[in-house]
Order: sequence, then C-alpha cells, then structure tokens
Amino acid sequence: MDKEIRMRAEGVNFFYGSRPALKDVNLEIYRNQVTAIIGPSGCGKSTFIRLLNRMNDMVPKSRLEGRIFLDGDDIHDPETDVVDIRRRVGMVFQKPNPFPKSIFENIKYGLEINGMRDKSVIEDKVVDSLKKAALWEEVKGRLYDSALRLSGGQQQRLCIARCLAVEPEVILFDEPCASLDPISTARIEELLMELKQEYTIVIVTHNMQQAARVSGNTAFFLLGEIVEFGKTQDIFTKPRDSRTEAYITGRFG
Amino acid sequence: MRRKICVTGVFRKLFERTFARSAGNVSVSAGSYRNKQAAQKAGFFLLFCCILATLLFLGSIVYFIFAGGSKVVTWGFLTQWPRNAMTEGGIFPALLGTFYLTLGAVTVALPLGLACAVYLCEYTPGSLALNAIRIGINNLAGVPSVVFGLFGLAVFVKFFGFGVSVLSGSLTLGILILPGIISASQEALMAVPNSLREASFALGATRWQTIKKIVVPQALPGILTGVILSIGRAAGETAPILFTAAAFYTRRYPQSPFSEVMALPYHIYALMTEGTHPRQQTVIAYGSALVLLILVLLISGTAVFIRQRHRSYNG
Ligand SMILES: Nc1ncnc2c1ncn2[C@@H]1O[C@H](COP(=O)(O)OP(=O)(O)O)[C@@H](O)[C@H]1O
Ligand SMILES: [Mg+2]
Repeated sequence: MDKEIRMRAEGVNFFYGSRPALKDVNLEIYRNQVTAIIGPSGCGKSTFIRLLNRMNDMVPKSRLEGRIFLDGDDIHDPETDVVDIRRRVGMVFQKPNPFPKSIFENIKYGLEINGMRDKSVIEDKVVDSLKKAALWEEVKGRLYDSALRLSGGQQQRLCIARCLAVEPEVILFDEPCASLDPISTARIEELLMELKQEYTIVIVTHNMQQAARVSGNTAFFLLGEIVEFGKTQDIFTKPRDSRTEAYITGRFG
Repeated sequence: MRRKICVTGVFRKLFERTFARSAGNVSVSAGSYRNKQAAQKAGFFLLFCCILATLLFLGSIVYFIFAGGSKVVTWGFLTQWPRNAMTEGGIFPALLGTFYLTLGAVTVALPLGLACAVYLCEYTPGSLALNAIRIGINNLAGVPSVVFGLFGLAVFVKFFGFGVSVLSGSLTLGILILPGIISASQEALMAVPNSLREASFALGATRWQTIKKIVVPQALPGILTGVILSIGRAAGETAPILFTAAAFYTRRYPQSPFSEVMALPYHIYALMTEGTHPRQQTVIAYGSALVLLILVLLISGTAVFIRQRHRSYNG
C-alpha cells in the first residue's frame, strides 16, 4: 500500500479559554485510507477533527499551538484561504444537518457558493453526487421535496452527497452514525467502503467494530492525548498500551 | 347566585388538585392542615379577584369603544373625507396618513434593525461591547414615546429642516420601533441552529453567504413577526407624530414626503380636544378609536398566526 501523507498534525495543543483540550497531538493521515479516531467521550476527538478543516476558528477564546498540514501547506497560516481549506476538506457531522430546503437545493447550495452557475451542469452534479452517496434510487422521484422529510439515515446520506458535490479531497466524519439505527448505520458503512477508493477519510467513531471494519489506521485518544496510533489491525489485535487494550475490550470508557 | 356557586366549585376542584400533589410527602397535624387549607383558599380567591378585575378593565374598554363607535363605523366612514367641520363624513385621510407613516417607519427601521441584529449575532458573538450595545437597545425601548416626539422635532423637523411632514414622522416612528425590530430579529437569528451555520461553513461558504442564504431566510418568520408587531405599535402611537407629522385637517392628499398628514391616533386626540362641536365630534372619535383598535388587533393577530404556523412547521 502506498503511504503518501495527505494531512499531518505536528505538536498540536488546543485550548478552550485556558483549559487544554488537546496535548501534543502528532498524527499522519494517509491518502486514500480511512483513519479512525476512537476514545471515550470528551477526550478531544471532535476538537481534533474540527481542527482539520478549521471549524474551530469560530470558537471564541480558543487557541491553537502547533501546526497542521494539508499536502505540505500549513492550513492555519494567515496566508491560507480558510474557505479553500473547507472546500478541500469536507465534513459530515454527528447529527444530520440538512438545510431546511429541498433535496435538490441542499446540494445546489454548495455548488453555487463555489461559483457554479450553469443550470445543466448543476443538475448533472446533483444527480451524480446523490448516486455516489447511494441515495439516488430512494429520492429520484422527489428531488424537490423538503430534505427534512427524509429519514435520519437518508438525511445523513444527503449530507454526504452535499459534501461530495463540492469535490473535496479529504472528508471528515464526526460520529456519522451516532444518531442512526443499525440498518442506516450499515448503509453508511458500506458507503464509506466505496468512498475510500477515491477519498482520504478521517472518521471519529464510538463503534469498535466499525473502526475495525473500515479503517486502515486507528488513533486512540485519551484525555486530549494520543495514547496509541498505528495500523488498525495492530491496535485491535496486539495493542502496545494497556489502556488501549482496556478500551477496545470495553473495560472502560 | 348560581354563577357564584359554580365559580366556587371550580375553585375547590382547582385547589384540591393542587393540594393533592403536595400532600403525599408532607405529614401535618389536623389543625395546621386546616389552617393551611384556609390560607390557600384565601390565596386562590385573591388571585381570582385579580384576574376578574383585569378582565373587567379589558372588557369595559372594548365595550365602551364598541358602544360609542359601532354606530358610525360603516364602509363610507372608512372611505370618505370628513365633512362639516369634522362633524360628519369619514376618516379616510387619517387612515391613509397612518398607512404612509407606518410604511415609512418600517422602511426606515427594518433594514437598519436587521443589519444591527445580524451584526450583533453573527459577527461579534459574546463580546463585552455586544452586551453594552444590547443594554443600550433595551433602554431605548423603555424611553417614553413623547421623548421620541421631541427628539424628532429637534432633529428631523428643525435641524434637518424636513418640517412637519410624513418624512419626519416616519423617521421618528422608525426610531421608536427600532429596538423592537432589533430584539425580535436577534431572537430569530439566535434561534437558527448552529448546526446549519456549520454545515454551510463546512462547504466552503463565507460568513456573508451563510448569513444571506441560510441564516436570514431561516429566521425570516421570526423577523416578520417582530416587524408586524412593530407596525401595530407605529400605527397606534400619538406622541411621536404629534410634533413631527400630524395635522388636524388637510384639504388634499399628501403631495410628497414633505407634506403633513392626518393620522388616526392624532385624529382621535384632535377630535376630543379641538373643534367647535364636541358632541358630534366625540362620536366620530369613538368610531376612529374602534377602527384603530380593530386595525391593531388584526395586525397583531397576523403576527401570532405567522408565529404559530412557523412553530408547527418546525415542531
Ligand atoms: N466549544 C467548547 N468550549 C469549551 N469547551 C469545549 C468546547 N467543545 C468541547 N469542549 C471541551 O473539550 C473537551 C473535548 O471535547 P470534544 O472534542 O467534543 O470530545 P469528544 O468529541 O471526544 O467527545 C471536553 O472536555 C469538552 O467539554
Ligand atoms: Mg464528539
């Protein structure tokens, strides 16, 4: 497997006010791989993944030390265009958050703000991304219905479609199945397997089986620090740290 | 007599239900139990009297205005000019003037208020300046309306030289309703879930795009509710237009924003305090008051309707 580094965190510390949420985090994210982030609630998984597309910029009184690179460029550099970073590094959130608009408009929005005007191109793109997100068959007859009328699992796939439409290079998933039923979860997981052929993926998950099934690398976070990072297979079969073992066998967290 | 019994019956039921809830985990001796029961009864009776008094006031206001005004309010009353030194005819120019003034006030206050609210909510979250500004705006809402009238007279009528005119009146009323529009808009903007903003940012949208295409459209029903309530307020206020816009009588329709106009609330005031035929004028004043009351109730009702509908859509 080729091991080209896509994103890299270097000595990252992050503070909410004066409270540290991340301590000296170092992590590499490889091209066309799924990197899973696991750990108990409140250990800083969301905080970390949101740094990868600068979603924490909006948090007042927060502070970042260290650097995060995307293809060798420091994404927090003052020269870097945050809008460009967010387009290249897409994000799917824990709770499905479609806009209160039609299915079609949900996807059109991202295309329009990125400067696409041609109607037929937009239409093609909408269909294309719905197909990629494995939602097309279920919604093709009602593209102009409100997205809020879809089921939770469908809404989440719509959010994935919306994200795919703007052609990101990296996609961040923050517990994308946390609010979904097992069948919807299975469908999203299938989708992840497809997407990893083409995209670089980072996923936060509480579901150990899910992490084991879909990811190539896994990082175990605890209290804002990375306890262990390596091949998923190794983490799950021969963890080096006793805390990792305790966590994956369900003895705490 | 029968009514009284019925009321006490309802009263007892209410009391028993309330008491039953708290009785479970409190053990009291029989004596103090009876005392408490009596005290509670007395308390409820007082509350009931307060409600009755309030309803009585409200009811009598509506009754007197209806009784005094319903005879004169006809279609012609709404569409005709006053005749015979205000003792006959209708109130059309006053209605029209109120319409112009209110429209003007909203035209001034809506863009300004919305811009303020957007800035306060979306650009400076949680800062100290924000709180200072918010306190300022809330205080502005508490300023008596006659003070706004004096301000309008000094600034718009005199300093800018707009004279007693639709323009001066609209600006004054606009400032009067500004705090209401700002706080309603702020509330509506804050009610937009953050997850929608994040979804938009994560697609590479700028702050401005997010506000324009996601946040404000989502907040629109709430903002509209605020605007409609403000319209009701602007339509009903007398003091702010007293020195800035209103005329006792105009011969013609207002020709430009610099014309003075008749206006409904001022018309009522003028009918009751000026003129030479107080008896005939009083009837017309009551009619005008009835029209104004219905107008304001209709406007507020629309606001409630919009809010209710919006709630059921999102719920
Ligand atoms: N916006 C915020 N302001 C202050 N503290 C926060 C904020 N978001 C998260 N935290 C705190 O940072 C820590 C890590 O949170 P988070 O990254 O959400 O954890 P996880 O996603 O692993 O459950 C928690 O203690 C949480 O309370
Ligand atoms: Mg989280």
